Amino acid sequence: MLANQIGYYSLILGVLFSLLLCGVSIKDLNSSSKQINQNILSLSFLQLVLVIVSFLSLILSFINSDFSNETVFNNSHTTKPLFYKISGTWGNHEGSLLLWLLVLTLFIFIFLIKSKKQPKKYKLLTLLFQEIIIIGFFLFVIVTSNPFNYLFPIPAEGLGLNPILQDPALAIHPPILYLGYVGSSIIFSASLAAVTQNYISKEWGQHIKKWVLVSWIFLSIGIMLGSIWAYYELGWGGFWFWDPVENVSLMPWLTLTALLHCILVLEKRGALTSWVVILSITTFTLSMCGTFLVRSGILNSVHTFANDPARGIFILIFLFILIFLSLGVFFLFHQENDKSTNNFFWLSKESSILVNNWFMMYFLSVVLIGTVYPIFLDVISAEKISVGPPFYQKLITPFLVPFLLFMALGPKIKWIKSKLENKNSLIIFVITSVILTFFILKNITTDLLFYTILISAAFFLLFTTSRELFFQKFNNISQAIAHFGFSLFILSILFNGILSSEIITNIKVGETYNYNDGEIFFEKIEEKNKSNFNSIIGHFKITNDEGKVTKLNPEIRVYNQPIIITSEADIKTTLLEDKFLVMNIVKGNKYFNIRYQVKPFMLWIWISVLIISLGGLMSLFKKKYEK
Amino acid sequence: MKTLKIFLIICLLASFSQLKSDEKNTQLKNSILKNIRCLICQGQSVFDSESDFAFSIKLIVNKKINEGMSEEKIYEFLREKYGDWVIYDPELNKNTYILWLLPLLLFLAGGAIIRKNLIFKK
Amino acid sequence: MKNKINIIIIFISLIFCFIIFYIGLDKPNTYTPKTNTEKNLPIFKAKDFTLNSYINSEEIFEENIYYIVNIWASWCIPCRKEHPLLMELSNDQLIKLIGLNYRDNLNNAKKFINELGNPYTQILIDKDGTLAVEFGAYGVPETFLIDKNKKIIKKFAGPINKKIVEEIKIIIK
Repeated sequence: MLANQIGYYSLILGVLFSLLLCGVSIKDLNSSSKQINQNILSLSFLQLVLVIVSFLSLILSFINSDFSNETVFNNSHTTKPLFYKISGTWGNHEGSLLLWLLVLTLFIFIFLIKSKKQPKKYKLLTLLFQEIIIIGFFLFVIVTSNPFNYLFPIPAEGLGLNPILQDPALAIHPPILYLGYVGSSIIFSASLAAVTQNYISKEWGQHIKKWVLVSWIFLSIGIMLGSIWAYYELGWGGFWFWDPVENVSLMPWLTLTALLHCILVLEKRGALTSWVVILSITTFTLSMCGTFLVRSGILNSVHTFANDPARGIFILIFLFILIFLSLGVFFLFHQENDKSTNNFFWLSKESSILVNNWFMMYFLSVVLIGTVYPIFLDVISAEKISVGPPFYQKLITPFLVPFLLFMALGPKIKWIKSKLENKNSLIIFVITSVILTFFILKNITTDLLFYTILISAAFFLLFTTSRELFFQKFNNISQAIAHFGFSLFILSILFNGILSSEIITNIKVGETYNYNDGEIFFEKIEEKNKSNFNSIIGHFKITNDEGKVTKLNPEIRVYNQPIIITSEADIKTTLLEDKFLVMNIVKGNKYFNIRYQVKPFMLWIWISVLIISLGGLMSLFKKKYEK
Repeated sequence: MKTLKIFLIICLLASFSQLKSDEKNTQLKNSILKNIRCLICQGQSVFDSESDFAFSIKLIVNKKINEGMSEEKIYEFLREKYGDWVIYDPELNKNTYILWLLPLLLFLAGGAIIRKNLIFKK
Repeated sequence: MKNKINIIIIFISLIFCFIIFYIGLDKPNTYTPKTNTEKNLPIFKAKDFTLNSYINSEEIFEENIYYIVNIWASWCIPCRKEHPLLMELSNDQLIKLIGLNYRDNLNNAKKFINELGNPYTQILIDKDGTLAVEFGAYGVPETFLIDKNKKIIKKFAGPINKKIVEEIKIIIK
């Protein structure tokens, strides 16, 4: 109860401190001293502390199952295991907004500490732009989404957390993801500040690159965690469904990746300044837009939060204020350099990065249009359509081929002006890729032409990056690792798609089901009781045609509060393949419906994302070992 | 004796081709079911859903495939009963021209802009 | 000058997007199929409840009057709630009710009818739910109004209420 009060008043104090911080900063803008006022650093620290206190108060309320707090009542239950009581704090709308505030205030504080050498006005303006966002979120929380609403009379028991959300991957997915796309707020604020100061330069590029990398790495891993959760928890063996919520996390990643590449050009040559600013604005705008789409109830999705149009209106207005503000700043202050600095020789690294932007913007437009078009159509003509995976696959896959090729060749091209060197080895790689692919594929798929082109392009990227990594001196190891990881990623996904197989059948205890490559024996059923659910575990022995036996034990769980039945798949993961078995009750009789999938190279999909992130991480620490 | 052997071989071949076509039918059925939305559990495809509605649709799709109906015709049938929303793949019609063409137009426009800014002479 | 035009275009597009999203917020995000387009009555064969033999749709809907097709099941609780209203409608001479027993156990269905009364001229069995799909139904209860030209002119998803009964009565006059 006390935690409730502390939590709420910390928020009130927090917004007051934010306003104070703005006032002090504006005054400091006009002062003549070279360094920013030390009070500003202290105030920003206090602002962060207040948010932390508020967040901890909510966690404490969850741990204590304090149902006088409405958020705790709605989302928790006394029988929830402790770990999930804690992670339940951010598994709901109000709590996750506290996480937003936490990342916003944390990043600006770290920014101020780590930017001691940066110009004073630039730092103050970054702070001011960030504070606009922070104050906006404070108001959003206090006015429409208070996590500390008081309930009286105090209920004896809570409404419980959705059991699908009781999963380790899902517990850490929001914090990591938020460090990524909420973290892009600092890039947004810093770019706007830099634009007003005409500071978009090589020095600024070097300074902001760290922030772009940090945000990008967290976003990549955060998205991967979400996919892993979907794969392990949702029971259909898929990891990406082009669901609006997934798309909404992917879009900032696309712009952030494009931004990362543009920063390279900015750093080296001082060019592409407009691209950098626009991409910085767009990344955070897309994060905000994503928040709007997911929390307002405007879209239909398996994993949307509480749907409340009033909240939707607040975010919508807030979002558009930010858009108009940022575009206004850009148009008013941005000074295009000498026109000629943006005209590149066609065969140069600068132009290959421009080509990268081109493709990234295309992919972004596909995802964005696919996600919001149904809304537009519904409002304009009251027609309802669905835009599902086939749309995205059809529009993205063909463009992957040139994209992979550019990704392989781009890093080899020099700055300013270049000739394509080592043409012979490249031609050898192309031929090897195509022949290798053809022989691998000819017995396993009917779409031979399509897959051959796609997969050989991926192999080409793999070969060129492998050569850079293993046979050449380390002049740009982080890029080689990231691109190498990407080629692995595409190859894993494609081979997983082609080689996966699935068997669906109804079976009862003691029965054996025979299929082409083996048999499935339903040995027995075991029943277990846990603190908040009862489970029925099926024991299966699967024997493949080489005699190898795999034991899989999928579970059906009946949760007690709220009463939900879930299927927990049992997955055996090896480097080579995953074996995936899920079981469902068939209404009314002793049969169980089982779905057995063999999914080659699943693990490599996750490993390759980690490799890509590793490339980013190495770039972050590059200065430390390079001269 | 010889006719019996030939007869047996033909039966075997027929059953193989039946197996192959069964396999192909199952693959086709599964890919169609994955493309249909469940109206009860609106976030799932009919393939993944366990609802009554999904159960009935699975039977109907199976029946129509065995009757030889093409994939397009099956989608048309379902769209007629339930509206365009029920199919995940948006077909190209007057409602969706912009959906499909806008990204491609943007790609071409982007290409033109880049082309303009690049220097091709030495 | 070119810059100014660009800015104006961007500004107008953003306002447009804002308006669309604003209006979109009020729309429901779950999908229900359209209920206002006229559809043809499907042609089918179904098993009769009591006679246990197959009957053609042409024979079921042969008279030149209005028909109601009501999809129900003994396990469906809202069906119990709407049943008295169906009984009321069955007293009207201008209309005949055809019941579609959806994914049900025959004995339970018979008990349901014996307990609550039979408003239907005829009851068809839809054990696997495929007949309901022919009508474009996806759940239970659902009710369809069919006119004298054998077209489905009205569709009601969910249990019918007094308002709907009034609406039907006005149409059939």
